[in-house]
Amino acid sequence: MRREEFDVGVYVDQMALLLDLQLRDEYRDGVVANFERIKAIAQLVNSFPLPEEVEAAPVFEP
Amino acid sequence: MNDAVSIATAVREGKVTALEVTKTALAQIAARDRQLNCFTDVTIETALLDAARIDREIAQGNNPGSLAGVPFAVKNLFDIAGLTTLAGSKINAENPAASQDATAVVKLKQAGAVLVGALNMDEYAYGFVTKNSHYGATHNPHDLQRVAGGSSGGSAAAVAAGLVPLTLGSDTNGSIRVPAALCGVFGFKPTYGRLSRAGVALFSSSFDHIGSFALSVQDIATVFDVLQGEDDRDPICTKRPAELILPQLNQDISAIRIAIAGDYFTKGAEPEALAAVQKVADALDIIEYVIIPEAHRARAAAFVITASEGANLHLDKLQSRPQDFDIATRDRFLAGALIPSSWYLQAQRFRRWYSDRIREVFQNVDVILAPTTPISAPLIGQQTMILDGEEILVRPHLGLFTQPLSFIGLPVLSVPIQRQNALPLGVQLIAAPYNEALILRIAAVLEVKGIVSAAVV
Repeated sequence: MRREEFDVGVYVDQMALLLDLQLRDEYRDGVVANFERIKAIAQLVNSFPLPEEVEAAPVFEP
Repeated sequence: MNDAVSIATAVREGKVTALEVTKTALAQIAARDRQLNCFTDVTIETALLDAARIDREIAQGNNPGSLAGVPFAVKNLFDIAGLTTLAGSKINAENPAASQDATAVVKLKQAGAVLVGALNMDEYAYGFVTKNSHYGATHNPHDLQRVAGGSSGGSAAAVAAGLVPLTLGSDTNGSIRVPAALCGVFGFKPTYGRLSRAGVALFSSSFDHIGSFALSVQDIATVFDVLQGEDDRDPICTKRPAELILPQLNQDISAIRIAIAGDYFTKGAEPEALAAVQKVADALDIIEYVIIPEAHRARAAAFVITASEGANLHLDKLQSRPQDFDIATRDRFLAGALIPSSWYLQAQRFRRWYSDRIREVFQNVDVILAPTTPISAPLIGQQTMILDGEEILVRPHLGLFTQPLSFIGLPVLSVPIQRQNALPLGVQLIAAPYNEALILRIAAVLEVKGIVSAAVV
């Protein structure tokens, strides 16, 4: 299967529709820029291999 | 200005009345807050009534508590009965008044403290500068052109300016420690879950803590002891019994193993921020370094979780009235709403992995030193700065060294370092969960040595 380029603008517009968020023109670009930033930052976490047995725990007990 | 414990002592001994102290604080606020913009509400009427009641108790021979007659104020995300809890937003200003005080406010009042008002913050606590488009920027008392830090900027600046000796704030990614450092006062964020958040507007509940700002280590310890205890109204509040710190405060620290945070915590900062850490290390004769692994990834994971949880919390308002959000938070909240669940869950699972590594680190060390902020207070409105020849965004960078720690709920005290002809800075004293006592004992020693001190300007 061909791997398509991710288009962040399309993603933001479509996800906003799904979540019933009205992105006005005046801040749509700001949201796209912020999502780009989140995506780059999340990549740092997503690229880090975690063993399957690591489960989330809400409180750090010593 | 005197610290809270000295005021309470003077009030209990009848050297001054609670009413006089409260009136002085209210006069200070009236005279100076137009410039500083710390307060969003001043509760004059109830403050005077509460102060008079404290004085009556003393006259009857009762002890009104360890904070008798001490004026205090709280970040405006704490519920105050009879006032609308703003959480820095215009939207929340339409809410009805709170019907009861937040647990922390109740406890301080029970200890005799007198509430005088609510303090400015970044909208919904999403920021490090307290530049709020609805309620204005809070100014740094050391230089009015500069930010107070945030999001608990009003809480830090009010103490630094001597308007009140004691305030409460909240810290999700650094929102107590950052403004404490930039305003040159003590700012304490105990272990996640140690203090009740009941009646406090949440932001990102995985990381939301409450804590205090004060002028002395003794005050920080006293307030911590007053605020401890179980609370059914906060689902993550600890079931551990309270561990009173004040009686331990002057215990010897020679057996406490201390090290400087290396690697990540020595990069991306102005030399002066690292010099502040060195000053503390020298005073304690510390030369060892310790590595906190993957701190940059911890910060990244904190960023993802905060954006996702914050957006989820406010989703209905983002859907119905995005134009009423602060321009400084709106685009970030909207973008946070679009995060895939897998990214959020991966960040939460990484948090567990990271806690396990930090638990190992604390097998060999008890307290870790790190800078609080990489720079001193930037100018209000400053967007970017040059660091190591690179242009970076100022606002997110302020949390560089605080985020990887609140991410796993470690207790941290930011101690103030005053510098001649320069703005103050902070150093973080970091311990394993529930080891607040070790931090405060070291801070007490540093305070006696004159290395750390809060300045009132």
